[in-house]
Amino acid sequence: MNIPSNIITLIAGIILTMISLWYGQNHGLMPVAASEEATQVDALFNLMVTIACGLFLIVQGTLIFCVLKFRRKKGDTTDGPPIEGNIPLEIVWTAIPTIIVFVLSIYSFEIYNNMGGLDPMASMASHHSPAQHHHHEPMLAMTGEQSQLSLGIGDSPDENSNSPVYVDVNGIQYAWIFNYTDSGIVSGELRVPVKHPVHLNLKAGDVIHAFWLPEFRLKQDAIPGKDTTLVFTPTRIGEYPIICAELCGAYHGGMKSRLYVLSESDYEKWLQENIMAQSAQEANTVAISTAEMSDAEYLAPYAQEMGVNQEIITQLRPIQ
Amino acid sequence: MTEAISTTKQRKWQDYFTFCTDHKVIGIQYLVSSFFFYFIGGIFAEIMRTELATPDPDVVSPELYNQLLTLHGTIMIFLWIVPAAAGFANYLIPLMVGAEDMAFPRLNALAFWINPPAGVLLLSSFFVGAPQSGWTSYPPLSLLSGKWGEEFWILSILLIGTSSILGAINFVTTILKMRIPEMDIHSMPLFCWAMLASSALALLSTPVLAAALVLLSFDLIVGTSFFNPAGGGDPIVYQHLFWFYSHPAVYIMILPFFGIISEVLPVHSRKPIFGYRAIAYSSLAISFLGLIVWAHHMFTSGTPGWLRMFFMATTMLIAVPTGIKIFSWCATLWGGKLNLNTSLLFGIGFVSSFLIGGLSGVMIASVPFDIHVHDTYFIVAHFHYVLFGGSVLGLYAGVYHWFPKMTGRMVNETLGKIHFAMSFIGLNITFLPMHELGLMGMNRRIALYDIEFQPLNLIATIGSYILAASTIPFIINVIWSLNKGKQAERNPWRALTLEWQTSSPPAIENFSETPVLWSGPYEYGIDSEPRDSDSIRDLLAEVASEG
Ligand SMILES: [Cu+2]
Repeated sequence: MNIPSNIITLIAGIILTMISLWYGQNHGLMPVAASEEATQVDALFNLMVTIACGLFLIVQGTLIFCVLKFRRKKGDTTDGPPIEGNIPLEIVWTAIPTIIVFVLSIYSFEIYNNMGGLDPMASMASHHSPAQHHHHEPMLAMTGEQSQLSLGIGDSPDENSNSPVYVDVNGIQYAWIFNYTDSGIVSGELRVPVKHPVHLNLKAGDVIHAFWLPEFRLKQDAIPGKDTTLVFTPTRIGEYPIICAELCGAYHGGMKSRLYVLSESDYEKWLQENIMAQSAQEANTVAISTAEMSDAEYLAPYAQEMGVNQEIITQLRPIQ
Repeated sequence: MTEAISTTKQRKWQDYFTFCTDHKVIGIQYLVSSFFFYFIGGIFAEIMRTELATPDPDVVSPELYNQLLTLHGTIMIFLWIVPAAAGFANYLIPLMVGAEDMAFPRLNALAFWINPPAGVLLLSSFFVGAPQSGWTSYPPLSLLSGKWGEEFWILSILLIGTSSILGAINFVTTILKMRIPEMDIHSMPLFCWAMLASSALALLSTPVLAAALVLLSFDLIVGTSFFNPAGGGDPIVYQHLFWFYSHPAVYIMILPFFGIISEVLPVHSRKPIFGYRAIAYSSLAISFLGLIVWAHHMFTSGTPGWLRMFFMATTMLIAVPTGIKIFSWCATLWGGKLNLNTSLLFGIGFVSSFLIGGLSGVMIASVPFDIHVHDTYFIVAHFHYVLFGGSVLGLYAGVYHWFPKMTGRMVNETLGKIHFAMSFIGLNITFLPMHELGLMGMNRRIALYDIEFQPLNLIATIGSYILAASTIPFIINVIWSLNKGKQAERNPWRALTLEWQTSSPPAIENFSETPVLWSGPYEYGIDSEPRDSDSIRDLLAEVASEG
């Protein structure tokens, strides 16, 4: 009698493990991964899904089994067995979750470090000379020399040696403005070359926004008066959504933009066209320098209407 | 004889509208008024789900949508779950420890009567432009979107916070000081342990929220710059202060229902609770850890990397005491003789759906993963599995379990089971798809979304209608059972905790004679004699008359 039930437990355990392992790899719940770090986050997520799936099946299976097997028979008013605990069993189910969360913490720490989250400053200091920043610095931002603690996600320690792209990102109700510090291009959309590290310096003009790139598994709040950082290296050419993830007012749901990851040659082409367009525009129309733009942004609380901001943005946008 | 005395002195319905110091009246006042606010918060949720059935913002304006989401969250937390837990605590604690009333009855009545004006104040914010910045009310947004609506919100939360501090003082004192002498701390019901842990959290963290809101008020009204970056203030400090309360608030909202489940499962499966001490102390562990995890709400905010790592580790640790509880509840059911009535169904439903919230909770403790899903529908799914799948199902398990004690009537089991089935199915249809929505890229607190997310949103909306409909059999059941339900005996479930030793409903002074501790609270099956205090009492009476 005892042996068959052991075998049944064993078979159930094997099936359960197989299902969990299979589901952990085939849940299909994540959008495409467009960077190396996103793939790592997915691997972590898959592991967590596998473990969660196993625990889910064990507990729900137990509950369903209890409901089916341990129903009171009609007319039976006696009590069940007076089992008040079982120390070895309790030790086991205290130890297993402890080990699981320990492993998950270490693994998460590892991946977070690979993403460059532990020391976003290090990357900024090594790659980024403050001088590059200076001439486009909006008023509220801390001046080039990063005096305060850097926040966000920095370079991966093993970042490739391709030249980085630096972009100042400004969140205002309800748009993102991208300001290429090296070329002076200002745009409402973000274009970056594939396989080059992208350094985003996030600022907010009015309220807190959050810069979310689902395909890169990256998110960082843009906080008024406090610059934050996101660094990533896209590995996949394509078009991706940029979403504001922090409630920022009535049209928060409409605060979206696009990220275009271009091939190196396409990016170069776009860069040249826009530098020319930008200078042409500056020559004959009202020049919208970044300094003035920041004023507009910091006045944005008064321009809560969606329409007003859209106008500003289209003005700011070079050729689409 | 004792029955006759107790039935002559019953509460009239008018008593429930007065400043009455009877803890049982106060308990019912809390429960009924919180259910009223649940109804309003539910209507707000249904309007939002109707809006979200289609991608365009076509049902309500985006401003109104944000007002609804702000008030939905605020009402469900501060006027539904927290006061409903206080309702159970008020009703049950004195009965469970064998006391006549709470330690400070007048303070207790005051604590309740602070709530209705707070609720009215919150709802009346619609007349001045309700707050739009979410229940988190982060500055600078909260300073920019409607001054008076925001101020009404702050005042209302300050009132409710005061009420919950007063309540917590009462619970702790009553549990620690008013137990009958034979009941040592390790033979008191687990609900009392859970309330001890929950009250400790309320006492330690609510003042911090009050401080944050007072300062926010200054920024709002007087134009100071504690949190306003335009004047050099730091909005991140507000987030820290806010979550220092509001994360523990999650445990304030779930611990009481952990307690209720630990009462419901053993009684209806006729087995002792598995691992009494483990469950009792894990409540304390959760409450301690709950104080040092708050910044996991701020992993993408102004939180430096090393702090993100620290809060990741502490948050993950909470899985251990929580896991102990879930496994212990399963082991309690295992091998029992399950009386699958509505109360036990809700109890098992609680374990089942809370588990899902717990598993996703461990995932989002992990910083790299949380960075992706923070402020998305994955989070919405997670906390609704905890607070609806957990707290609300636990609350219903408690309502069905103690309804006979509170009203003297049995509930209709058929309607109850319909209520359970609709709640359980509805909750899974509503909240399960939200996990995928969040992972795929749908952020939360938006009235408009991309067309690709419509199918899952539509499913969620349909689920929410089932949830709304599920309250109909419940309301019918309550009204019908109050009038026509079978008269409840003293102890219809043959339970061992002290509240079942008095009449149903209990006399005004609770116990006509000092209750006797016959056994531990969960010693089912220790001897096979039917555990009915009536029969024991009869036996004693016989012996006495013979003597
Ligand atoms: Cu935004």
